[in-house]
Amino acid sequence: MPHPPHDSLPHAPGVGYKPQHYGDIIADPAPVEWLEIHAENYMGDGGRPLAQLEHLARRFAISVHGVGLSIGGEAPLDRDHLARLRHLCDWLQPASFSEHLAWSTHEGAFLNDLLPLPYTNATLARVAAHIDDVQQTLGRQMLLENPSSYLAFDESTWAEPDFMHELALRTGCGLLLDVNNVFVSATNLGYEPRAYIDAYPLDLVGEIHVGGHDQDHDDHDAPLLIDSHGRVVVEPVWALLDDTLARGGRRPVLVEWDTDVPDWPVLAAEARRAATALQNVHSTPRSVPGTDRETA
Amino acid sequence: MTPPDQATLHRAITTPNLAPPGGLSDGHGRPAGRRFWVYRNNVAVSLREALRTGFPAVASLIGEQNFSTVARTYAQENPPDSPLLMLYGAGFPAFLDGFEPLAHIRYLGDVARLEHAMRRAYHAADSAAICSGTLRAIALKTLMDSSANLAPATTIVRSVWPVHAIRAYALDPSNPKPAATPQNVLITRPDFDPVATPLPAGGAEFVEALARGATFAEAHDQAAATASGFDPAFTLGLLLDGAAIASLNMKNGNY
Repeated sequence: MPHPPHDSLPHAPGVGYKPQHYGDIIADPAPVEWLEIHAENYMGDGGRPLAQLEHLARRFAISVHGVGLSIGGEAPLDRDHLARLRHLCDWLQPASFSEHLAWSTHEGAFLNDLLPLPYTNATLARVAAHIDDVQQTLGRQMLLENPSSYLAFDESTWAEPDFMHELALRTGCGLLLDVNNVFVSATNLGYEPRAYIDAYPLDLVGEIHVGGHDQDHDDHDAPLLIDSHGRVVVEPVWALLDDTLARGGRRPVLVEWDTDVPDWPVLAAEARRAATALQNVHSTPRSVPGTDRETA
Repeated sequence: MTPPDQATLHRAITTPNLAPPGGLSDGHGRPAGRRFWVYRNNVAVSLREALRTGFPAVASLIGEQNFSTVARTYAQENPPDSPLLMLYGAGFPAFLDGFEPLAHIRYLGDVARLEHAMRRAYHAADSAAICSGTLRAIALKTLMDSSANLAPATTIVRSVWPVHAIRAYALDPSNPKPAATPQNVLITRPDFDPVATPLPAGGAEFVEALARGATFAEAHDQAAATASGFDPAFTLGLLLDGAAIASLNMKNGNY
């Protein structure tokens, strides 16, 4: 596809792209310099979604974010789906490709949620093999995103930041740090979110997510936060973003809003907030992982 | 206790009223309990919403509450077989045909068929199209001996119900009330938005024959066998307006 190449995402605000914002984004993107799309929404044969994407890609760096590969699945990766991802990435030449530390498919049935994994050596070996497979098939480095957790597996023997770090070391993948997910998981499982950030290998982080969550409670009336992407980012998550940027330096920062999607000015205001957070960072990171590097 | 594998988790997520698996805690050593239901709820709600997005006229006809019930039942029995939710629900029309509690709304399955066909057309591959001027420039005899390659978005939905009018009225009550006439519907995609148009008698046979590779003369004969005196001009006009004829195969070369 002919368009100016974007080899990497800018260290600037991006938003999750929603088709209802197309006209507004073209007219006035505010501080938004890049867009993230959910890969699976652009796997049709043609029509408006791909035409709009082609047009947007001429102007904005695009991040392709998969939500259906089931990288944590016990079964081998779905070859058909991997081929579709490769087709999309070959055509679009996006600045970044990312997926989740999660599973979603079992025996061919797709559950459309990011389901949790135990952090064991067996999971580590399996997920690492799947990441190798993805990176070889796509011919590019991928970023792996930390999940939102509502519960913990008794069998887990790794802390999540160490588990993510080890996967990156074994596979050469980069990491996507969702600070809302950190806040949600830390609240739900009762740990300190800043300790998680401190343990996370920020030099391997190629992209940061923020987003809104819902509030519920568990059987013991303990807070249970749900990663819904359906409202504004809360203050403690913005504060966690500030801390993360201060520690690790500027990064591409994405605002996610996937349910009850608001009119563009509301999302643009969230992007402006992310721009302010980025402007307040004076240091630059020691090293930034490339998102366009070919894997061996 | 054996740690829960994905088969166990899958069963617990997709089976109503099943207790959460063991081996899962709240981070403080207490059983996960209702924390596990977040996943069950996410799965059920997101699949229901995918169907709600794909079948708005069906939802309007039976009401949101009935739609939730039938969508939940369908999703439990027919989970998506791929992560491409844009086309989820291919089996929903047939499911509605056999769904006993709604059996009195006999046209529901056909309305769902029309909605799903519109959705497929929306995501179909782009195509070139010939315009009416091009067609007019061809001698009638030459055209009648030619066949057509139809654009991938072009589809026919046949029904014994006034399915086009029912869908239109369900989506917007300012449309005319459906009359009791069967409707076969042509779906085309002139640019990015699929257009559904009811066909005259013989129109579906004409378009389907072209889709099978028949010449215009053969397609006309097949349509006329169903509807005597079939005049192809109107249906041909719909195909041209809908950018549905990608190219022509003529005896001495393509156009």
